[in-house]
This record gives sequence, structure tokens and C-alpha cells, in this order.
Amino acid sequence: MRSIWRKLICLVCAGVMSLLLSACHGAGNIKGFSIPEQFDTSKHIEITFWAKNDTNKTQVAIYDSAVAGFEKEYPNVKVNIRYYTDYGKIYNDVITNISTGTTPNVCITYPDHIATYLTGQNQVLELDDIIDDEKYGLGGSDVKFDAPKRDEMVEKYLDECYIGDHLYALPYMRSTEALYVNKTFVEKLGYELPDVLTWDFVWEVSEAAMEKNEDGTFKINGQNVLIPFIYKSTDNMMIQMLKQKGYDFTTDAGDVLLFNDNTKGLLYEISKHAGTRAFSTFKISSYPGNFINAGQCIFGIDSTAGSTWMGPDAPLSDIHKDDVAKDIEVVVRQIPQFDTENPIMISQGPSVCIFNKDDPQEVLASWLFTQYLLTNDVQIPYAQTEGYVPVTLKAQNSAEYQDYLSRGGEDNDLYYSIKLDATNLLLDNIDNTFITPVFNGSASVRDAAGQLIENVTNSMRRKQTVDDEYMKKLYGDIISLYRIDQLGASVSGGGKAADLGPLPLGSRLLIIILGAIWLLIIAYLCYIKIREGIKRNQHN
Amino acid sequence: MKKKLVSVILAGAMALCLAGCGGNTTTDTENGSSSLGDLVNSAIDDAVNNAVDEANSALNEAADQVSDVVDDVNAGLEEAADAVSEGVMSYEEYAAADIDSEVTIECYVQAHQSWWDNKVSVYAQDEEGGYFLYNLACSEEDAAKLTEGTKIRVTGYKTMWPEVNGEVELAEGATFEFVDGDTFVAEPKDVTELVGTDDLVNYMNQKVSFKDMTVEAVSYKNGEPGDDIYVTLSKDGTNVEFCLEYYLNGSDEDLYNTVGNLEAGQTVDVEGFLYWYEGPDAHITGIGVKN
Repeated sequence: MRSIWRKLICLVCAGVMSLLLSACHGAGNIKGFSIPEQFDTSKHIEITFWAKNDTNKTQVAIYDSAVAGFEKEYPNVKVNIRYYTDYGKIYNDVITNISTGTTPNVCITYPDHIATYLTGQNQVLELDDIIDDEKYGLGGSDVKFDAPKRDEMVEKYLDECYIGDHLYALPYMRSTEALYVNKTFVEKLGYELPDVLTWDFVWEVSEAAMEKNEDGTFKINGQNVLIPFIYKSTDNMMIQMLKQKGYDFTTDAGDVLLFNDNTKGLLYEISKHAGTRAFSTFKISSYPGNFINAGQCIFGIDSTAGSTWMGPDAPLSDIHKDDVAKDIEVVVRQIPQFDTENPIMISQGPSVCIFNKDDPQEVLASWLFTQYLLTNDVQIPYAQTEGYVPVTLKAQNSAEYQDYLSRGGEDNDLYYSIKLDATNLLLDNIDNTFITPVFNGSASVRDAAGQLIENVTNSMRRKQTVDDEYMKKLYGDIISLYRIDQLGASVSGGGKAADLGPLPLGSRLLIIILGAIWLLIIAYLCYIKIREGIKRNQHN
Repeated sequence: MKKKLVSVILAGAMALCLAGCGGNTTTDTENGSSSLGDLVNSAIDDAVNNAVDEANSALNEAADQVSDVVDDVNAGLEEAADAVSEGVMSYEEYAAADIDSEVTIECYVQAHQSWWDNKVSVYAQDEEGGYFLYNLACSEEDAAKLTEGTKIRVTGYKTMWPEVNGEVELAEGATFEFVDGDTFVAEPKDVTELVGTDDLVNYMNQKVSFKDMTVEAVSYKNGEPGDDIYVTLSKDGTNVEFCLEYYLNGSDEDLYNTVGNLEAGQTVDVEGFLYWYEGPDAHITGIGVKN
């Protein structure tokens, strides 16, 4: 009888364990990585690198050159590049390939995305050990090229690649958002352009610019089209506005603090200016740069990595040269602030992660290639393609890069003034940048933040009523659309935890089984006690 | 109505029960009757007959009421159909509607891009004009039914992207329903003569063809196969932009390879949907290389 009880308990425990393990497991099942004693340079290794370029041929050329340079140092390694122009597509493809076990070796990515990749066990390589490895770590003794050492990285940028307590990526490039201003129009409207603009200033000037002539054209530009303020990335807009106000939109634990009165207050303010059409977004109107360059926009907020598209003399342009307003001056400022004494702006830009594989030599080759992307030969030229900042102090402090920074305005190509102004804006404000917490699903919360602004803006343009009833429905729709209530963390609605609904069936079964186990254990202990009692009685 | 139906059923059931009981009693009577038995049998017969009469009467009444309801429903459906048709815009009305206004149209699917995350972008047309339904809200199951020629009724907001000289379309999130009845597959309209004229925009979103165009440039979106292909063709010195949308025709290997391998100077006939991005930017659906 006793053995039957034991067997029963063992069986139930084994069942529960298998349930727990299968619940934790992703599709892939790759063993953990151990750093090989030696990199085998006699073995032919092929790795794939999924890269993102900003539809910029120079960036493609730099990646190609990086591969050639790396393959020269390690002739036994062949790097195959696949180019993307969209981070979202990389993300989708990685997710698809995790399930089939065909992830790339090295991938340009965002920490938000890595958090999702981590749902597959051992899929993304933890870099905690290898980064400090004496031989193959950053700038290690057996690394064949001039890689930066750990203390030559910008510490803040390296810190951004930690998810929880582990390092899962290396930073590749960094940027922030900048406000590109048609200074000519601001002054024509009777305002003096401050060094740091407030949101109130931007709204006020934008509304002032909406005045029209009798023929329906706008007074400020004499054209039929004017959108005074266009924001490219509305998720960043909401996140930065909240941060500047002192509100977080998520917590490190993954709690969502977005759907509350703080957000609502900002949405009401934005809706006022969407209603007058003084404000619009990229998704609704198109690229801010196109409108700025055509003299149809006064304030455009876009990445510093988009600075080569800004201004009438920009080296890159998406509009016909006849449509460019030649008589305007475009300047770069920080994004608008609520507190000009304490500016706050987002840190963004690509990072690089490595996917684990069964062959440690293949993983080591991937790591070495990733290090190569941090060499000055890659960091400096790539940063120069846009308003990016290198992520290593080694590159930032190099004579070559310092010389580059000092030559803003010498031409409208490599030394394009707006690009260099945008770059310097970030270099001067690295300590004022922030990142948002990363967790599985944080990418969805970010999207949801932007969609709130998009919906409100669209609704105002469609003459719909935006009131508390509307906001309530909007929150519900967005939570549902982005499955925010399925992230496993709490969703704040006006400071009160939202009802997350019933537990999933699997969870309920698990709880029932755990409860049953405890009952069986207690019953078993009782049985033993009773039996011992009976034996004692018989003995006596 | 429900109450009456239940009453009828109960009455019917009672009648059946009683009839069943009555049957047994009759048999008993035949085997050896008494006067009390006759009285009981008579009472049972009366009860059965009454119940059957009531049941028949209730059934007739119910049938009349059902008939009335059916008539009402039919009338309602006709009224609703009239109301829907009244709300549906002709292409002319749609074209005249303001940007950001709500519209309802009926159109015929000509093609669609890949379904993804409950959205699908559809190229649609009727005999008057073309429509582009951007990221139409659609289940995967329904997307499979959006075959060429299928008639659908779509409600959403008219928009233009980019806001200046852009593609006129139904904004993301428009909803649709299938409409039974006829189908329509558009024939491509030859718009070669309109290249470089202001009239070309009137064919926006329609299935069109361009004849004897000269290849000026070809490039992959990402610099290599696997994504959109951008093609510049010209007619008498005027360039027209084309794109092989990967999500529309990327799976057609022959077409993808033919377009990807085009070389400057070649002459081609090309068909596609006249998408608009700051000017014509047709999405290629077919190409014929002449030399």
C-alpha cells in the first residue's frame, strides 16, 4: 500500500514537472553555450547576418566592407548578409525562424524584440561571460583585429542591452529624436526661436500659423497645404511626454501604466491641435521632412538618424526638386520639453544580438563578427551616414571622428550641417537620454502608446467627439488590439488594476494539480501517522 | 408567440398522452366491460376530442402568426436592403467625398496582398473606377474568400497618403461583408497615351496597361532579391515609376525573376494597378519583354 502511494505521488509530481517544463520551453531546444578553448581557424564556418539599412546605399556598402574586412582576418568564416529596411520585418522573420530553428547567427535588433526572442530557451546568447573572456572577450588577446575593450564602450549604451540581470546584445549605433524647425517661418510669425522649446511654444506657434488668406491659402507660405507640426513616431511622442511629466508608461516588472488619466490629459491636449489640423503624424500625412522641405511644415520631429533628409539642401530628398522651398532656414533643436531646465529625450538605435547554435565554434565566429562591428572601421563610417553616434568611446574620441564633428557645414554631403548638428545634439545630451523597460510584450505596449495618439488624431480629423466616453472606449480597443491584457502583467486604468479576466485553462489545471498533490501529501502523512498509531496500540 | 408555441406543444403532448392512456382503457373495455368503465371511456373520449380540437385550433392560430412573422421579416429585410443600397455610394459619389469622411462602397476584388494579423490590402474595382482598401480588417478565413471578381460592401474612412498628391484609399481598419450575386473582373485599360498628362490620375487604383515602355532603371528595395523591386519605365522621355510589390506578386517566381532581370533599354508591355505615391507608382501584375 505504501509503495502505491509513493508511486502515485511520484507519477503526479513527474506529470507536473513535465507540464512546468513544457510551459517554459520555446520551440527551439539548444544547449547552453560554453566558450571553446580555441577558435578553430581551420574549420570552414558560414554565418548569416541580418542587417538593417535606412534605404541608404552607403550603409549597405559599409556592411559589405565590414564583412570583407572580417573575412580577411578570419578566412575560414563566410558571412552571408541579408538586408532589411524595416526593423518590424526582421522581428517577424526572427519569430518565424525561432519556431523552425533557422534563426540567423547575428541580427540587428532592438532590446524590446530580444525580450520576445528570449521566450525560446537558449535562443539568444547570453554575453555575460564571453564579453570578459580573456582571449575572445571585447578586445581579447586572441582577437585578430583592433576591437574596443569593455572600458572603451559607452557604459550607458552597454547598460541598455541588459534584460534583467543578463547582457543579451551589444549596442551598434545610437540616436535620439530631434526637432527640425523652419526657423524662417517661426520668425515670420513674430516669434523668437529659443534654444530649448516647450510644448506650449510649439502648440502656440503651430496654431498661429493656421491663419489663411481670403483665397484659402495659408498666410505663412501662400500654399494650399500647411501642417505646422508633424511627429514621425507617435509611440516615442507619448513615451517622452509621459517621461518628461514624471510618469512611467511601464515598470521593470512589466506593469502597464499607460491607460490612465495622465495619458488622457496628454491626449486631450493633442486632440485640440489635431482638430484644428495644426498637428498631424507620419501615419496620417507622411514624412515630416518632405513637408518641411516643401515649406509646408514648421516643426517636424524625427530621428537624428533621419537628419540627412531634413532641410532644403539635404543630401537625400523624397520630393521633386521643383517643390523644395529654397528660401527657408531649417535648424535643429531638442524635442520640446515640459521642463526646459531638465531636458529628457529617448535613447534609441540598433543593437546586435547573437543567436545560439549547437556548434560552439559557429557561435564564437558570430561573436567575433559582432565585435568587428564595433571597430572604428565600422563605427565611424556608419555613424557618418546619418545623425548616429558611435557606441564606443574608442570611436567617439578618435582623431578621425573629432575631425569629422568639427567640420559641419563644409559641404552638403559628408559634412552636412543639419546632420552634424543632430549628432552633436545627442553627444551633448547622452546623460539626458532614457530607455524604457524591456520585457516580453514591451514592443506591443510601445505600439499601443503610439496608436492612442494616431486614433485621437484621426478621430478629430473625422469630426468625431473625443470625450471621456470616447477615451474609455479607446483604451478598451487598444488594450484588446495589442493584447495588452494578455501580457501577464497588470494594466493600470486610472490607478486601479484592471480586471484581467479568468485564468487560462492551462494555469487553472496546474493550480488544481498542485492542490491535489498537496492533498495527497497530507493524506499520505496522515496515513503514516494513523498506521504508526495502530501499530503502537497493537504493540502495547 | 413563445408562450403560444409552448401551449400548443403541451396540448399536443397531453393529447398524445391521453390518447395513449385511452387506447389501453379501450382494450380493457373490450375484454370485459362495466358501466363505470363505459363512463370512464366516454370521459376519456371527450377529453381527447376536446384536447385535439384545442390543439388544432392553437396550431392553426400559431401557423397564422408564423406566417405573419415571416411576412414581417421579409418586409424588414427588403427595407434593410433598400436602406443599405441607399447608403452605398457610386464611384462618382465616392470620388467626390471629402477626405476623412465615412464612405460605404460596393466593389469587386481584383487582387489582394498577403494577409497578415487580421489585415489585408485589397485592389478593388467596379465598372466606373478603382479602389484601394488599405489593411482592411479581415480574418484569415475571409481573406481566402477574397478571390478575383468577388463582390464586397466596404465601410470605412476615405483618406489620402501621403496627404499631398498621394494614394486615395480606404483607411486602415475599414470593415467589409460579402455581397452575393454578380462578379466582375476588370480588363486592363491602356493608358499609355496618358503618360505625362494630368488625366492619368483619373485611373488611380484601376487595372491598367502601358505599351512599348522603355526600361530606365531596376533596383531591389534591399539591394538584393527578396523584397519589392522598383522599376522606372519611360515613354517618349517621360518616366513612370513602377513597383513589383513583394506582398502582391512575390510568390510568382516567373514574374519576379522577369522583372528583376530587366535591363535598361529593353522595351516592355506592362500591366498593373495604378497605385499613386506623389505621382503614378503602378504595382506590376504582368510584364511582357519585347526585346
